Amino acid sequence: MPQKTINGTTIDVNEEGFMTDHSQWNREVAAGLAAEEGITLAGEHWKVLEFIAADYGEKGVVPGMRRMNKVGGIATKDLYTLFPDGPIKKAAKIAGFPKPASCV
Amino acid sequence: MLMKKNLLILGAGTAGTMMANHLRKKMDLNQWSIKIVDQDPKHYYQPGFLFMPFGLYSDEDVVRPKRRLVGGRVEYIEAAVDRVDPDADRVLLQDGSVLDYDILIVATGTRPNPEETEGMTGSGWRKDVFEFYTYEGARALREQMAKWKGGKLVVHICEMPIKCPVAPLEFTFLADWWLGERGLRHVTEITYVTPLSGAFTKPTAAKILGHLLDEKKIHVVNDFNIARVDNEKKAIVSWDDREVPYDMLVTVPVNMGDPMVERSGFGDELNYVPTDKNTLQSKVKENIFVIGDATDAPTSKAGSVAHFEAEVLTENILRHIKGEPLKPDFDGHANCFIESGHGKGFLLDFNYDLEPVPGAFPVPGVGPFSLLGESQINHLGKLAFKWIYWHVLLKALPIPFIDHRMSYRGKKIPKELMKAKV
Ligand SMILES: Cc1cc2nc3c(=O)[nH]c(=O)nc-3n(C[C@H](O)[C@H](O)[C@H](O)COP(=O)(O)OP(=O)(O)OC[C@H]3O[C@@H](n4cnc5c(N)ncnc54)[C@H](O)[C@@H]3O)c2cc1C
Repeated sequence: MPQKTINGTTIDVNEEGFMTDHSQWNREVAAGLAAEEGITLAGEHWKVLEFIAADYGEKGVVPGMRRMNKVGGIATKDLYTLFPDGPIKKAAKIAGFPKPASCV
Repeated sequence: MLMKKNLLILGAGTAGTMMANHLRKKMDLNQWSIKIVDQDPKHYYQPGFLFMPFGLYSDEDVVRPKRRLVGGRVEYIEAAVDRVDPDADRVLLQDGSVLDYDILIVATGTRPNPEETEGMTGSGWRKDVFEFYTYEGARALREQMAKWKGGKLVVHICEMPIKCPVAPLEFTFLADWWLGERGLRHVTEITYVTPLSGAFTKPTAAKILGHLLDEKKIHVVNDFNIARVDNEKKAIVSWDDREVPYDMLVTVPVNMGDPMVERSGFGDELNYVPTDKNTLQSKVKENIFVIGDATDAPTSKAGSVAHFEAEVLTENILRHIKGEPLKPDFDGHANCFIESGHGKGFLLDFNYDLEPVPGAFPVPGVGPFSLLGESQINHLGKLAFKWIYWHVLLKALPIPFIDHRMSYRGKKIPKELMKAKV
């Protein structure tokens, strides 16, 4: 299992760079992972990341776009502005959760 | 005289009809009355919608009166459900009447919602923007296909999950074949646009089906999340500002559970009912059960799935009545024929733990159907499905050789997938 060190913390990741142990996650790690994607985290980003964390805690899966809209109150357009090209995947990665599973 | 208890089924589609026919044979009808409610008097064989645009199935092939498909000793009520009141154990109908229940089965399915996507039902709707997930849609598309002279044909999925997730691929393969027959394939550019990163939701099948798209010279646009339909430009536009132009768009609109679920206050963001994926008991209340497309179970939304679920749910309803623990027996088993055109087809067989893999079905090593392999017999299987649907499935009769538990025998399971409990 690959490991990498981000802003002083060593984290386990899978081949695609998604964290495999959420307990290693902290805000500095998030900032580092975001920087790798060319994103500087601001308040709006954190709102998204916090919703993902809360929803993951409740449901055990990364919320999809529609859930972000309806339950999280975050518009799709904003998600694309905050996390360009594949917002859900990117936000999940930065939030330290698994890559959202494709549906059935 | 003893007051009978009530078992109430909402929705007389594939799953509701099967449940009525199972339960009327298994329950004590001296103690229980079974009622089923539906708002639409016609039962549609939805898999047939796929064949209608190509003139392969007629209107008559796919419609039967619902009432007759629900067998004797079941009270059929034609009405629209307003909502369920789980606290009072009753259902409110839109005409203001009330139905009390002791046990409720929600089988209200899912349906396309084109108005969920900006511009979809705009000026181009049913002129150059079509869908084939409804009877009316499939008919309108058939008329337009007959007039087709060539150009850009775009087959598109708005958002997952959709019922019968292979149907848009099948439509694409059939269009490729049909256009070829008419001498129009060389003047038609076919593009398949999907929100997924591959051709299908499951990796092994995605690889094989993706290869087939390649072979048939069908362009694929992946990871496309639609923001709107631009009717002036005749293009679909994604949230990341990509555009795919069309002369004819055949889309699968966002699929959502009935708004009745939302009004009842227990749906998720797509109006699916939170359901225990193994017992099919709802997470709303212990006397509410869910089956078919209405559940949030992580398996395909398909008639074959409803068939397997119906066997487990029947057993669990009987157990619930006797106060026995429910059996966590539903394994997510799905079994789907995929039309690939030119009289051939594929067959997928999978469950919660194992994605579709190659092999033979239903008899290991023998078949006659080949799993994840293209063959003529698979295509014949798909056509036979219509007969089986009307005469075996809806009547809740068992299908020989095919169990509700998926069989791991006869499957060539790649090593990395062995995590599944084989
Ligand atoms: C194009 C297409 C191709 C398909 N191909 C296949 C295939 O090859 N193989 C396969 O296995 N499956 C296939 N399917 C999927 C299959 O048709 C569905 O999964 C199946 O019909 C689901 O059954 P259901 O009972 O859950 O829902 P439905 O059969 O849709 O029934 C729901 C019922 O509830 C009623 N209802 C809903 N809300 C209310 C309300 N508020 N009040 C009163 N009544 C209400 C509706 O009128 C309807 O009759 C296909 C579907 C489509 C659209």
